[in-house]
Amino acid sequence: MAKIKVVHYVNQFYAGIGGEEKADITPELRVGTVPAGDALNKAWGEEAEITHTIICGDSYFGENMDKASAEIMEMVKSTGADMFIAGPAFNAGRYGVACGTIATNVKNTLGIPVLTGMYVENPGADMYKTQIYIVATKDSGAGMRDAIKKMAPLALKLARGEKIEASCVEGYIPNGVRVNLFEKECGAARAVKMLIAKLNDKPFVTEFPMPDFDRVEPNPAVLDMSKATVALCTSGGSVPKGNPDRIESSSASHYGEYDITGVMSMDGDHWETAHGGYDPVYVNEDGNRCLPVDVLREMEASGRIGKLHNKFYTTVGNGTAVLSSKAFAEEYAQKMINDGVDCVIMTST
Amino acid sequence: MVKEIERAGLPVVHICTVTPISMTVGANRIVPAIAIPHPLGNPALDLEGEKHIRRCIVETALKALETEVDDQTIFDVKY
Repeated sequence: MAKIKVVHYVNQFYAGIGGEEKADITPELRVGTVPAGDALNKAWGEEAEITHTIICGDSYFGENMDKASAEIMEMVKSTGADMFIAGPAFNAGRYGVACGTIATNVKNTLGIPVLTGMYVENPGADMYKTQIYIVATKDSGAGMRDAIKKMAPLALKLARGEKIEASCVEGYIPNGVRVNLFEKECGAARAVKMLIAKLNDKPFVTEFPMPDFDRVEPNPAVLDMSKATVALCTSGGSVPKGNPDRIESSSASHYGEYDITGVMSMDGDHWETAHGGYDPVYVNEDGNRCLPVDVLREMEASGRIGKLHNKFYTTVGNGTAVLSSKAFAEEYAQKMINDGVDCVIMTST
Repeated sequence: MVKEIERAGLPVVHICTVTPISMTVGANRIVPAIAIPHPLGNPALDLEGEKHIRRCIVETALKALETEVDDQTIFDVKY
């Protein structure tokens, strides 16, 4: 089999041209390699070879993405390469985005296999991990050896069209595609091993990682609660009896906005829960157990709070996608702000 | 949802039973509730008893909203 011809993309720094002061250089096609490319060639031996290297400044790419991308695409095409490799970019943000953008373009337009590498928190990783294979690297160039060790074999597999195993086997950043594999030990044995490691403060790898959630800075405290309008929201599915808007008991597709003007208590004759993820008996009996309207009315009367907002917002949290919940709350938070709400109590079951 | 309300600029307190989830999701002011099927009540108590615990939880939630926080904080309820 003929040697696989690879074209390699790097930034000004890995080409040895310079640092930030050279980050505005325009794309350039060179015959041959840079040191990172040498390392790949060495790892491949007779199987594959980087014949050309494309170099572009990170700032130039970031500021002229469409133009730079088109120029680079022409260069890749002119080399007639069998495969395209970008980076690795480690935790360099602009470089990572450049690697991801170009590799994705090459894959989609030229149809040749592509591979890049970067640190999991590089913004380029989140942008492109579902479209191309991105090897997970350390966060700095000190991880070059480790990166090459993972990228070289995966690149060969991709170039030859071989089957790609799960991310934990190949070392790429999970791309959301599930790959079945057989574990040597049964689940119980693995769970006990993990527990023992955890109890001994030893490292272990979960088989069910929690999704990453971003953080929001807390808002300043309410200065005078006796003048504040307090709004109630819930993921506990409180709805008027009969669930008029048909909020789903699981994986809700919408939220409800209900008027509680004059409502002193969430009594079971008029209110219920649409939630399908907990035993609804108690909340159907007395809705204040989920949405504490009764005590907030007392606090309104005693002057502890200014007033209870006359609308509440509700949905069913059960199995509802993070993206949906985000969209619901984005929308009703604006409604509350427009209505002059000062603070919010959210209840969850 | 708590986070989107916070992001929109409204101070928000999360009353919830499973506080570790609230911590993971990223609520900043958190008040622990009673139980999943009745976060602000307890059917084992009489009506007045239930209302008392509910009052305590809501009062703690209001205090949480009146308190400046720099980081995620769980406000324990005194019954």
